[in-house]
Amino acid sequence: MAGYIVKRFFASILTMFVLITITFFLMHAVPGGPFSPAEERKVPKSVMEKMEEKFGLNEPLGVQYVNYLKSIAQGDLGISFKQSDVTVNELISRGFPVSAKVGLIAIVIALIVGMLLGITSAIKRGKWPDWLSMIVATIGISIPNFVMTVLMLFLFVVVMKLLPSYGLSSWKHYILPVAGLAFGPIAYIARLMRSSMLEVMRQDYILTARAKGVPEYRVIFKHALKNAIIPIVTYLGPLVAALLTGSFIVERIFSIPGIGRDFVSGISDRDYSVILGLTVFLGIFIIISNFIVDILYAIIDKRVKIEE
Amino acid sequence: MNYAAKRSEGAVPLSDMDQAWADLPDEDFTRLKDSARQTDAIARPSKSYWQDAWSRFRKDPLAMIGLFIIVVIAIAAIVGPWLSQYTYDGQDIANQNQGPSGEHWFGTDKFGRDIFVRAMYGARISLTIGVAVAAINLVIGVIYGGISGYLGGKVDMVMMRIVDIMIGVPDLLYIILLMMFLGNTIESILLAMSLTYWIGTARMVRSQVITLKHQEYVLAARATGSSNMRILFKHLIPNSMGPIIVTVTFLVPSAIFTEAFLSFLGIGIQVPMASWGTLVNDAVPTLFTQPYQMLFPAIAISVTMFALNFIGDGLRDALDPRLKK
Repeated sequence: MAGYIVKRFFASILTMFVLITITFFLMHAVPGGPFSPAEERKVPKSVMEKMEEKFGLNEPLGVQYVNYLKSIAQGDLGISFKQSDVTVNELISRGFPVSAKVGLIAIVIALIVGMLLGITSAIKRGKWPDWLSMIVATIGISIPNFVMTVLMLFLFVVVMKLLPSYGLSSWKHYILPVAGLAFGPIAYIARLMRSSMLEVMRQDYILTARAKGVPEYRVIFKHALKNAIIPIVTYLGPLVAALLTGSFIVERIFSIPGIGRDFVSGISDRDYSVILGLTVFLGIFIIISNFIVDILYAIIDKRVKIEE
Repeated sequence: MNYAAKRSEGAVPLSDMDQAWADLPDEDFTRLKDSARQTDAIARPSKSYWQDAWSRFRKDPLAMIGLFIIVVIAIAAIVGPWLSQYTYDGQDIANQNQGPSGEHWFGTDKFGRDIFVRAMYGARISLTIGVAVAAINLVIGVIYGGISGYLGGKVDMVMMRIVDIMIGVPDLLYIILLMMFLGNTIESILLAMSLTYWIGTARMVRSQVITLKHQEYVLAARATGSSNMRILFKHLIPNSMGPIIVTVTFLVPSAIFTEAFLSFLGIGIQVPMASWGTLVNDAVPTLFTQPYQMLFPAIAISVTMFALNFIGDGLRDALDPRLKK
């Protein structure tokens, strides 16, 4: 176990290193990028001075790379190109709490709804609740998140005029963004939950519990769920990444001042240093959450063979 | 002389049951005709794995509907734009933001461009990208995973550590970065996805090869002097083709999704070319006034994704029955 954790830890560190290296050299090679020669950069003079001071742009490439690694190790992700007095760290401290709040609500909703759909489907196998949940799941897997979000915006804002279309000023404002983020994950969780529940319900210990006269709801929620839930843990890693993708879409469509919107406007403004900083931040965030999920899974499921 | 008669000679003491048998007269038994006796013989020519899979696939109504839809969309994508009098970039200032009509089936956009033709061009782009990404990743995945799994040992360890590291880097961030670097063309989308998507295929191929390489026929091939390359590509890979195809099939919808997603964010296909993602993106500002501009591309992409997922599920059940839900 300890060996596994150490191994995964070093793999994660290496992954981060690879990510940072790739981003650095790609950004270096981008024409008009943050590190290209001064005459190619259309950047405010004040920013350029800061950049030169920070990264030593006149130094050789290797030195710049080491400087860059050093500044990331100190938690400094650089400065924006377009807004000369904004650092990426400020963008993150402003945007991340907003994104995290919407994202967390979406995670909770996705887990609850997805698991309920999956369980219903499994215990009513072949009957109409099963069909209904699986139709919902198929829709969620097939329709891309941005199409789904735009469709919901159209339906609930344009046609029914029930919900507001942008901002986050009341609980009503959260409904559509959270739904847009959670829809895809709900579908995956429901499918995962259904198959894992069906698998568990076939086990002998469930038969034993029933034979002992344990009420059905207790068989399902106490005996079966405990084991059936384990595969869901493996989905938590991809879930974080899925929410990230979703946040690019949802925050852009609903003008939510989160980190996803900053990233997307960074892309359309070609604000390379913001993209660079946010990619490193988001990448590290995902790598760390994957690491935690892997460890969690190994702890929860003692049947996992760690040594392959 | 029948069995009961032999017993009745006294070699074995008779029970009541045996006695009952012995009392049956020989006339009660008739000899079967030869043809009826050969019930174990194989009456029909045997089906190959692929014929068998096709017959299973054919019985899956959703998969067949999916296949039909994809064929229709593919035909529309290939011949559709030729049949229409409009082009994807032909602007018509007099007919801006028209609703759907006999003239313009899906209406026109803010430049007066025909959305139906643009959607069919979008189908071209989406299907091309889906198929190309699947094909490229099939090749890379089979070679990488095959070599890693078959050689094993140190080679496998090094190759799999590389995969472990690569798999942790979030695909999408990586693809976005590459797109910024490579520019917004179909080629760069293909390249960006080819650098990241093969990992899943490679892992799958590796595990297949590892389970198959200890089978007797591999030993037999080696005994008759087959080279490693021959064993890998003539024996192991063809025998794991079923699961490989299933994995690769599911790459098609995810590649189409990723392209649409990138185009929606404005770093995919460039104007005036249009992919489905671009069309939906262009329609967002006019959602309140001209919702149909969004509706048709949205339906096109959703129907395609449905169809591809159904085909994928059907193929999985047909090619790899063990995985059946």
